[in-house]
Amino acid sequence: MTQTIHLTVNGAAREAVVEPRMLLVDVLRQTLGLTGTHVGCDTSQCGACTVHVDGVSVKACTMFAVQADGGAVTTVEGLAANGQLHPLQTAFREEHGLQCGFCTPGILMAAADLLNRTPNPSEAEIRHALEGNYCRCTGYHNIVKAIQHAAKEMHSMSMEPMPTGAMTEG
Amino acid sequence: MTGYIGNSVKRVEDQRFLTGKGRYTDDIVLPNMTHACIVRSPYAHARLRSVDVDAACAHPGVVAVFTGQNMRGDGINSLPAGWQIGDDMKEPPHYPLAVDKVRHVGDGVAVVIAESRTAARDAAELVAVDYEPLPAVVDAAEALQDGAPRVHDDTSDNLAFHWELGDKAATDAALAGAHHVTTYEFVNQRLIPNAIEPRSAIGDYNGATDNLTLYTSSQNPHLIRLLLCAFVTGLPEHKVRVVSPDVGGGFGSKIFHYPEEVICAWATRKVGRPVKWTAERSESFMTDAQGRDHITKAEMGFDADGKLVALRVDTTANMGAYLSTFAPAVPTYLYGTLLAGQYTTPNIYVHVNGVFTNTVPVDALRGAGRPEAAYLVERTMSLAAQEMGMDPAELRRKNMIPADQFPYQTPVALQYDSGNYEAALDKALAMVDYPALRRQQQQARAEGRFLGIGFSSYIEACGIAPSRVVGALGARAGLYDSGMIRVHPTGKVEVFTGVHSHGQGHETTFAQLVAHHLQIPMEDVEVVHGDTSRIPFGMGTYGSRSLAVGGSALYKAMQKVLDKARKFAAHTLEAAEEDLEYTNGRFTVKGTDRSVGFGDVALTAYIPHDYPEDMEPGLEFNAFYDPANFTYPFGTHISVVEVDPGTGLVEILRYVAVDDVGNVINPMIVDGQVHGGIAHGIGQALFEGAVYDEDGQLLTGTYMDYTMPRAEDFPMFEVDRTVTPCPHNPLGAKGAGEAGTIAATACVANAVCDALAPLGVRDIRMPMTPERVWRAINTAPGGGDGLMHGNGHPG
Repeated sequence: MTQTIHLTVNGAAREAVVEPRMLLVDVLRQTLGLTGTHVGCDTSQCGACTVHVDGVSVKACTMFAVQADGGAVTTVEGLAANGQLHPLQTAFREEHGLQCGFCTPGILMAAADLLNRTPNPSEAEIRHALEGNYCRCTGYHNIVKAIQHAAKEMHSMSMEPMPTGAMTEG
Repeated sequence: MTGYIGNSVKRVEDQRFLTGKGRYTDDIVLPNMTHACIVRSPYAHARLRSVDVDAACAHPGVVAVFTGQNMRGDGINSLPAGWQIGDDMKEPPHYPLAVDKVRHVGDGVAVVIAESRTAARDAAELVAVDYEPLPAVVDAAEALQDGAPRVHDDTSDNLAFHWELGDKAATDAALAGAHHVTTYEFVNQRLIPNAIEPRSAIGDYNGATDNLTLYTSSQNPHLIRLLLCAFVTGLPEHKVRVVSPDVGGGFGSKIFHYPEEVICAWATRKVGRPVKWTAERSESFMTDAQGRDHITKAEMGFDADGKLVALRVDTTANMGAYLSTFAPAVPTYLYGTLLAGQYTTPNIYVHVNGVFTNTVPVDALRGAGRPEAAYLVERTMSLAAQEMGMDPAELRRKNMIPADQFPYQTPVALQYDSGNYEAALDKALAMVDYPALRRQQQQARAEGRFLGIGFSSYIEACGIAPSRVVGALGARAGLYDSGMIRVHPTGKVEVFTGVHSHGQGHETTFAQLVAHHLQIPMEDVEVVHGDTSRIPFGMGTYGSRSLAVGGSALYKAMQKVLDKARKFAAHTLEAAEEDLEYTNGRFTVKGTDRSVGFGDVALTAYIPHDYPEDMEPGLEFNAFYDPANFTYPFGTHISVVEVDPGTGLVEILRYVAVDDVGNVINPMIVDGQVHGGIAHGIGQALFEGAVYDEDGQLLTGTYMDYTMPRAEDFPMFEVDRTVTPCPHNPLGAKGAGEAGTIAATACVANAVCDALAPLGVRDIRMPMTPERVWRAINTAPGGGDGLMHGNGHPG
């Protein structure tokens, strides 16, 4: 029992044949080959699967693919635009905000969502916004610094909030 | 070009991780790949009467279903233990899929291989297993009692091994004659590693060439190949390639040779297609080796001046249902030998029982034995300070090994090579302005607030390990490592290292090291790790060994490269070798402007039309490095906490760490390792703990029930360093990956108890959850009713 869904993923029109029980994260990883979004748990706690659907951060492990039908999905592969890294990506490199890299896509997407809503967050607001993400490597210290760094960069660039479908490779 | 060492160069590996282009094992898709789902026991202990796979085999999409009997029938052996502890250590078999009995919840019973993950999962539910449940034993002390259920039928009891170290008679006498003895009985609770990437493996057999490739999220691919081939399957080692691609964290849990690696390596040959298995998180919880789980009684004796005279320790260590790869070494050689800590304790005796229970196997977890030792020593020291009415910093200082006493032979086998413990202590005290902090605490107490200050002056032994030494101690492997430098004709360099980065940034730091010494740009250096077909035999990454051992091997290889390069350069420049100096990547004849660059030397080596008569073309060398000793990082951590008496919540106000890891290649990366290590250590103190019920059910079986720290639980850490280079490896490096964890648990535990000391709270069982803290406050001699209605300070 399958159905065909249509999504815009990182700006590109995609379609997939899915069972109703299939999770959005599985469609992204297995059907569409976008393995940047990771699965770290099975109870929606770890946040490694965080993506944006219609401009809002969502845990792709807790959403059925059919629920995303007709929607616009942005994954970590869609953060960079026109060959240029997103300020969050450069900030995480500058501040050593990642070690093994496995939680990183989810953290980047959660951070992007935070900065869309709160362009100039305090340390407390940043830490609170990460309540849906686990990192086992960094102790969060440099993650917080990286997000602060990105916020400053984006403020000085007067960046618009991230569009729901960045024009980049799908 | 020079000056890479000591610089916080930004990481090379970040480009792929930040753009979602990392290649973790589960990301790999091979043509014609099948998916494996393992049927696991829901019972902690049961006889396996029968496994009926017919219904599962008939399920659409199923390619094959195999059982433990099938694998045994094919000659698949037991997973081996890698250390022999004592002469009568028991090593009952551990088959990749259970054959006669299951011995822990999660013990594998069958494997379903299907076209898709969902088909495999659906079919797994159709495997009909007839279990005969047996009574289970979970607690290590209970498992040693008469009448306890026996985990293994072919052993007389549940004692896996026993071990002792030190002079018992002298220690007993010194304790008996001590002016003051602090006794501390406690549990170092079981932890679950929970690297965010679940374990994964892919077996890929090529029938045409009879070659097998195993992809596995492992910290040490060569070791996996050796164990898989020589011990478990009998497959010829030269026909097997093990690849560890990007690995999403390990913390020790990905060192061990696991059943699923064998299952995938074996099943792919049976079905003639690649077989992939990836754990679900709740599966990880019941199959990844767990950590710690010691029941300990420590007795620390002091003279009238507060000088340590003796330490006596008795530990019961839970091994779980089977001996995992490193497991017997963790509560013995990696634990008992660290019980002198930073102190001059003259008499130490430790006795350890390693015990089987019906729980998931226990093995090394970040720190592996050293956090257990540091927690014991540092928590007991702070308790003793409290009992003797002494300042905890001063009690430590009084007992620290003086800086001019190195090398220092401890009473527990290890000889510390170098150290300056007081310098680190003083630096940490200065960072917190200790006298002001105590005044602040007094002020807070006067206001009815509970501020606490905790210390941890830890030492650890890492950079494992000198092979002859550990061999004599029962290790069944050597712990050297390999480093190969391949210079290409155009002067670009590939570095092959036997260690394996899973977050530590070796692609950057090793490139820094090589670029620095070869005096070439970092962009001209590529670091390769994690592939047994490309890299000479190495022992992987754990035990804070990568730079100290792996880096030293590279250093040796570089010396060989530079020696040969010099000879070629001397020939080209028609000068004597000793007349050449090598600076900025060029060999220059001293006092002239005649020079030849590294790139030209490389070209000469590979287009050898004019080169020394007695030499070969080419410029490529491997070196193996076997360390002369362990290395001994040390430091002092200080934490400041506030406890809310109304809720029991502990807020960490400040966390200060001064660590000495010897020479530092990349400060940014070392700090990152310290941050992460501290997070792990605090996790144990306040949040984490695996819980089994009396039937052996793992109650903390998902992230819903096993708490790990989140960003809101920590402040920014304040880290600094002292530098006492390691005297016995060419880099002067000690290792930094575990130091934070080793220090932090006692540091925060001490701070919480310091906060509640005025109430008469002596100790709180870890994890010090709000409930446990609240109960301690309300049952303490000085606590109780007054606080239940108390002015709960939000903190």
